[in-house]
Amino acid sequence: MLDSEMNSATIADPKVVCRDVSVSYSGKQALFDIDLDIGSHQVTSLIGPSGCGKSTFLRCMNRMNDVIDGCVVTGSISVDGVEILDDEIDAVQLRRRVGMVFQKPNPFPKSIYDNIAYGPRIHGLVRGKDELDEVVQTSLERAGLWEEVKDRLLQPGTGLSGGQQQRLCIARAIAVRPDVILMDEPCSALDPIATARVEELIDELKRSYSIVIVTHSMQQAARVSQRTAFFHLGIVVEVGETEQIFTNPRDERTQGYITGRYG
Amino acid sequence: MTDREQNTGIAVDAAEVKHARKRYRAERRFRMYGVAAIAAAAGMLALLVISIVATGWTAFCQHSIALDVTFEAKVIDPKGGRDPSVLARADYRKLARASLRELFPDVKKRGDKRKLYGLLSLGVDQQLAELVASDPSLIGQTRRVEIYASDDVDSFLKGYIDRDAPESDRRVKDKEIAWLDKLEASGAITSHLNLRFWTKGDSREPELAGFWGAMVGSFFTLLVTLALSFPVGVLAATYLEEFAPKNRWTDIIEVNINNLAAVPSIVFGLLGLAVFLNFFGLPRSAPLVGGMVLALMTLPTIIIASRSALKAVPPSIREAAFGVGASELQVVTHHVVPLALPGILTGAIIGMARALGETAPLLMIGMVAFIVDIPGSVTDPATVMPVQIYLWADSPERAFVARTSAGVMALLGFLMLMNALAVILRKRFERRW
Repeated sequence: MLDSEMNSATIADPKVVCRDVSVSYSGKQALFDIDLDIGSHQVTSLIGPSGCGKSTFLRCMNRMNDVIDGCVVTGSISVDGVEILDDEIDAVQLRRRVGMVFQKPNPFPKSIYDNIAYGPRIHGLVRGKDELDEVVQTSLERAGLWEEVKDRLLQPGTGLSGGQQQRLCIARAIAVRPDVILMDEPCSALDPIATARVEELIDELKRSYSIVIVTHSMQQAARVSQRTAFFHLGIVVEVGETEQIFTNPRDERTQGYITGRYG
Repeated sequence: MTDREQNTGIAVDAAEVKHARKRYRAERRFRMYGVAAIAAAAGMLALLVISIVATGWTAFCQHSIALDVTFEAKVIDPKGGRDPSVLARADYRKLARASLRELFPDVKKRGDKRKLYGLLSLGVDQQLAELVASDPSLIGQTRRVEIYASDDVDSFLKGYIDRDAPESDRRVKDKEIAWLDKLEASGAITSHLNLRFWTKGDSREPELAGFWGAMVGSFFTLLVTLALSFPVGVLAATYLEEFAPKNRWTDIIEVNINNLAAVPSIVFGLLGLAVFLNFFGLPRSAPLVGGMVLALMTLPTIIIASRSALKAVPPSIREAAFGVGASELQVVTHHVVPLALPGILTGAIIGMARALGETAPLLMIGMVAFIVDIPGSVTDPATVMPVQIYLWADSPERAFVARTSAGVMALLGFLMLMNALAVILRKRFERRW
């Protein structure tokens, strides 16, 4: 284990601060004392071989692990200075502020409109139909999907192509005006063209949101993120500026992973 | 295999070819078994349907004897008050018999007369009373009325009684045959659709017995069953599947639900007798209690079907809903249950279809009684379709044989209707994801 000074786990203006985060599933520990800061208005990518705990870590940040039986999260995670692992914190409210996009596009089997409108409706974010229409349109516009779907808002979201579905899911996530968006391998089920569009979108979105993305693609991490954390066997091996991680990794395990020697 | 071991080089190919052939043969054989199994099942089903239709179809028509009945005022309403209760209780049989005597003036002996009157159904009273009730101006007039033939006559006219058999073996004697031949020659004997079967309750006289009472009874019973078992079953399944922690207690509950699904239905009948009738003192023979017993029987089926439907909803939908901040209840009611609905409905309808055909538990709570009146509510005494079939099958009269099969056809028709409904609902609510 390297000294923590070598890892720039802490940054000046963090959005999310994670300290000593450990996770175990039914007694089996998956994450060990993770320290990591997520910067405001930038993209942080989590890389690492399968099973290293990066998705688990991601899911801690909006407490999606709550719904898994036997999952225990310890340590401290704070968003804008508010401790979110506290039982007092309502996970439902948290998930409005920390949105999530999943590996496989998973639109609701409802119309495109209802997919976007669902979140604002259940959180009571809008008053009246006009306001809701506006939220739907802005969300779709920001997700770069408006032009493609504006004439068929009432058709099922599941009828779109894979890439469009994923952008629909991103639009759905931003419709509830979150601060942080977590993306769990959002492009792994998409073809290169759809991937490129989603990456462009991520680049756009970082102006308004703090984004954390789990990815298996080194190139993607290099392209979209400003900071990168390398996970291995449940610990953060190295974290730093993306450029530094990819050009001048300090740890030989990072070096080995990004050059494709293992993982 | 021995070929393979003995031969090397090019001979291995021959062995492989042989091996491949063997595999193809095995596959063909397997397919053949499958086709044979399906053919056997279809054949049995066809046999069942054909035998039932062949015995039962005649019950859907009924012979009548057309008589010129004079509605004599002095018999029907001697006081002339036209009071409906007087009109209903008048001796209409006398009128019908009088017109029969006119047709056969040479029948003089007492015994012969009784036989002659026996051509007509005992329902003639009711039939003529209904006519007069609907149109009191008939009184004093003569009108040609088609009066139901008695069950023996009907059976004879339908060809179930062989006129060449020795007279002592026949329910219809030579004299009666002669009268019937004469009536038939004069065109007085008609055959028409048996509407009574679809509109009336049970009767001791086969020609008067109807299935409608049992159908209404079944309807009320199933209504109670559905109202009790569907909400309880779906709620139980949803709680167990979506909210309950997975621990030893829920395991025990799950095992016991599966056990309950396998309990013989008559046990539920005994339970209903002991608890609902003897302890709570609910009315005997009532669709209310029948429905409650059947609900107990149907519950495990609905719970198991609903749970598997809920399980089949992809976790990605739950995650998506949680991801935008839906609460657990919102995830379940907005997304999971609507997506599981086709499966839940199918399970419920299959459970209902089973309840519709159930007899044994209803015997225990007294729904096997002879009930003529059409039930008007869930607390009226009633019987249900399968029990009515059982009752008719138990009756000695020849004409009940056809009615039993006709009842079976009606029951099967309803079952098919319900299964079709299940398919339609499934198609309608099904959504892809």
